[in-house]
Amino acid sequence: MSEYYKPLPKPSPTSRPFWEAARRHELTLQRCGACRAFIYYPRDRCPKCFSDKLAWERVSGRGKVYSFTVVRRASSRAFSDAPYVLAIVELAEGPRMTSNIVASPEDVRVEMPVEVCFDDVTPDHTLVKFKPA
Amino acid sequence: MSLKGKAAAIGIGELKPVKEPGDLTALGLMARVAAEAIADAGLEKKDIDGFLVGVPFSDPGMIYPASAAEVLGLNVRMLNQVDIGGASPAGMIWRAAAAIDAGMCNAVLCIVADLNKVGDQRPPVISVQREFEAPYGNIGANCGYAMIAHRHMHEYGTTARQMAKVAVDQRTSALKNPLATFNDKALTIDDVLNSRMIVDPLHLYEIVSPVSGGAAIIVASPELAKRAKNPPIWLLGAGEYANHSTITYAPSITESPIKPAAAAAFKMAGLQPKDMDIACPYDCYTITVIVTLEDAGFCKKGQGGPFVMEHDLTYAGDFPCNTHGGQLSFGQAGLAGGMSHVTEAIRQLMGRGGERQVKGAALGYVNGNGGIMSEQSSLVLERRS
Repeated sequence: MSEYYKPLPKPSPTSRPFWEAARRHELTLQRCGACRAFIYYPRDRCPKCFSDKLAWERVSGRGKVYSFTVVRRASSRAFSDAPYVLAIVELAEGPRMTSNIVASPEDVRVEMPVEVCFDDVTPDHTLVKFKPA
Repeated sequence: MSLKGKAAAIGIGELKPVKEPGDLTALGLMARVAAEAIADAGLEKKDIDGFLVGVPFSDPGMIYPASAAEVLGLNVRMLNQVDIGGASPAGMIWRAAAAIDAGMCNAVLCIVADLNKVGDQRPPVISVQREFEAPYGNIGANCGYAMIAHRHMHEYGTTARQMAKVAVDQRTSALKNPLATFNDKALTIDDVLNSRMIVDPLHLYEIVSPVSGGAAIIVASPELAKRAKNPPIWLLGAGEYANHSTITYAPSITESPIKPAAAAAFKMAGLQPKDMDIACPYDCYTITVIVTLEDAGFCKKGQGGPFVMEHDLTYAGDFPCNTHGGQLSFGQAGLAGGMSHVTEAIRQLMGRGGERQVKGAALGYVNGNGGIMSEQSSLVLERRS
């Protein structure tokens, strides 16, 4: 396979369970045991109520495109294979995620329903992306 | 506690940005604009006893202010860096006023300069952005503002022509600004819409151009201001707010933290948006101006698009807005791009707008915006008659 040259996530102790789940092709989020909010990206305390009673839950993988852009000319040379669709996905459970929509740019719309898909970009790294539902 | 009337801007220095930095250095540019601003204020370097500086991307470092002050040969009673992105210059003005009001110093040099050219955007250095943004290609500011624009179009029906109008009117003013980078050719809405699409829905002419340059402002105590060479431009109100860094995690991407920042600034000033003679909203992109005019209260939420179509935003118009051309026409020399809004407001209120002078301008609103609609710092400034 060709060498992957784009930035890769370096998991922290806080986020490692998220990326390990992605490698299993599962989308998991932290959930606050006190206020029950789902949390993204992973934190050490709930950003809403500041509780440290956080646990991981597998979530539906369903969501919608809150907004998006088609990057025609990327600011970084690592993404010189533009165009690509960058989006803010609002998950059914509430949190918003930065991700890519794996679809033809012409087909993407604000509020469009999407579902999770997993991109094994290297043997050790899986990115969480979305495709039209 | 209030900063109303506690300090005034009395001098400015600003370079015409250049597209190719050549042999320039950020510290060298700082020395040039510092000298210009101190002379403009009618002060000597020894009078400067406060120093607020933005760290240049081209020559970064920790514990930066003392190093920059040493290069300039300053002895100061208060020094700090201001690190709130494009809001840093506006943020410096009230921080300077606060330090003066607290009796810490009398004359603060606020300074920013940077070298920049179109090229590779470095991946983010904040760990969570490296981890959760960069892998998906959310690098640099373009993507975030494009997503704001798309959502704004979806929620409020804002159109590409409305956004383009901002760039067009600002260019008309830039034609009268010898310091502006793009001041040789008028733009039409069709010119903007026919420029290359960079990040849907934003075209090339809706996006700031990186350049090299610098700017400086002297903020002084009332005692110094009364003896100043220029009419002092008083700080009447200031407000600041942030609720996110990456736009994905903002409570709303179309309603910005400008709302509480501007509300605080107008409250301190005891004034309203309709009282302003000029507005200088940060304009890294056309959509930024539309969102700012809404959230600062110049029009209703969602009506920014129709507002910019119904009003003439040029220096000669009924709503003079970014009369220096905005950064879209002036160029963005790093943090100095954000200072261009503050220097222009000061210049207009001092009556030094030259061919683009807004007649009788006495009250001005400035907004500084950092990151992706993240840090917001709003100012209300006044020339007293």
